[in-house]
Amino acid sequence: MRCERCEREATIHEVIIHQGKTRERHLCESCAREAGLSSDPHMPISKLLSSFMLGPTAGPQSPGKPRPHQPAKSVVRCAGCGTTYAAFKETGLLGCPACYEAFSERLSPLIERAHEGGCHHVGKFPRRALRDCRSLNDRDRLEVLLGSIRERQERLESLRKALAKAVRDEDYERAAALRDELGRMTDLMEGAETE
Amino acid sequence: MTEPDPKPKSHGAGDLPEPKQPPALSSGFERGVEWLRGAGDASDVVLSSRVRIARNLAGFPFMTTAERADRAQVLELCKRRLMNLALGEGRRMLWVDLHTATPDERDALVERQLISRNHAKGKLSTGAGGQDEPRGVAVILPEERISAMINEEDHLRLQSIRSGLALDECLADVDWLDDEIEKGLDFAFHPRFGYLTACPTNVGTGLRLSVMMHLPGLKMTGELEKASRAAHDMGLAIRGFHGEGSEANGEFYQVSNQTTLGKSDAMLLRELNDEIVPRLVGYERHARGRLLGDRRETTHDTVARALGTLRHARLLRAAEAMELLGLVRLGVVCGLLPEVNLDTVHGLLLAIQPAHLQRITGRVLTPAERRSARADLCRARLGLR
Repeated sequence: MRCERCEREATIHEVIIHQGKTRERHLCESCAREAGLSSDPHMPISKLLSSFMLGPTAGPQSPGKPRPHQPAKSVVRCAGCGTTYAAFKETGLLGCPACYEAFSERLSPLIERAHEGGCHHVGKFPRRALRDCRSLNDRDRLEVLLGSIRERQERLESLRKALAKAVRDEDYERAAALRDELGRMTDLMEGAETE
Repeated sequence: MTEPDPKPKSHGAGDLPEPKQPPALSSGFERGVEWLRGAGDASDVVLSSRVRIARNLAGFPFMTTAERADRAQVLELCKRRLMNLALGEGRRMLWVDLHTATPDERDALVERQLISRNHAKGKLSTGAGGQDEPRGVAVILPEERISAMINEEDHLRLQSIRSGLALDECLADVDWLDDEIEKGLDFAFHPRFGYLTACPTNVGTGLRLSVMMHLPGLKMTGELEKASRAAHDMGLAIRGFHGEGSEANGEFYQVSNQTTLGKSDAMLLRELNDEIVPRLVGYERHARGRLLGDRRETTHDTVARALGTLRHARLLRAAEAMELLGLVRLGVVCGLLPEVNLDTVHGLLLAIQPAHLQRITGRVLTPAERRSARADLCRARLGLR
């Protein structure tokens, strides 16, 4: 297959599935590099993140190709540590826990893409914090840990859907793991609410 | 193991006694490591398993923006917590302040896979930082199986490393350490994103499961590319012997999960430990079967020549020695080189690394002297009896 930008052999193939629509790109090594797609298997994850996940404008600009003038946008800054979104795009690293809230709108789609569609934490919770919130019967703390009622319901719903799919696909081991997870999550939420 | 928790809400610094005096970085580093024992499930193909989790302390900035005072405080809080853990009979905690350790000590820890290269240098992936950044490592002795890096990219990186395919046991190890530390320290956590990490690629469980696989069969039958593509398609990363950015000398590859959000620890474990790795092991064994079938003589010749070179060479570079040891290992596990002991080969995989070589010879070596010392060591340990 030929590169869609020049006549060389295409070696990088990208398939983007967005809202059910599939878009493909077929590029040679050098055009892919220009488009910000890396094929270096040894690239550190954080660099991969800034060059791929954040798109071709991330990372240092190549010499001789100045960034086209863009109209000034309001700078989003984390109130916790002062990190800007631009600084995150440059390094791939956030400044503090509060950055996740501060940049939540722009981060969420990136995180979802990096984690193959995963957007909700499933698995272990900090036990000590959970115990604290139970003993104190502190609703705010409960929300901090497990999310709002709506978010908790959404998470249970997504687990139920995944479980139904696993059963449909006859993937019983996965279904068993999901059932365990669902049970654990339900216990956690009910336990935390009733105490 | 159940320790009373005097003040659940505090960070614990004022509640605990001063840390016990840690044992010094001992001369035990000439010893082999447990993960190179060559035992455990699928150990003909899987050299070792490693589980690592990333945690950050609530109320502190990540390493990217932390001031020196923050880093020093995080280090102190974690150190106190770690040095006061109940470890059980016969075990003790080794603590190393990496900002004051010698370059040789730091390199030895990297070679034993107890710290990352960046942690040895005190640098983040962005290049920020330097050797005097306050940071440390805690290692539970004598096994050196469970360890914790403090102030790497995240405040805490907890790991367990074992011989063979044992991701489930490694996960149980770090789970225990995580719970023990959490009894005295609060971790940064978000209801939707889970455990918060400096890099969003680690957020969620913060869990990285890796296995070190020896895949010379796939390499020699030309099927490595295919297997590697299949692993990528299954969402795995494949790296060299020393992890991120390193070469796969000797056909040793680290295979690990990439996603940490949306799947529980148990689900990630099941995918890798019960499905993907056994499948890769099956491919490698099948390839070895072919090498021992119609290509037996050629294969025997290749591994015997590798042994011959190691037994007679006067100068050896690290990469070349790894290549040759990889081939000899293949010969030993396939029964083609019955005169060689697998422990000897595994011991050399570690002993030929620069810092270990210097510890064994007892002096600082130039790169040229290292090549000579490396060849001497291989001749001595693999020589004809």
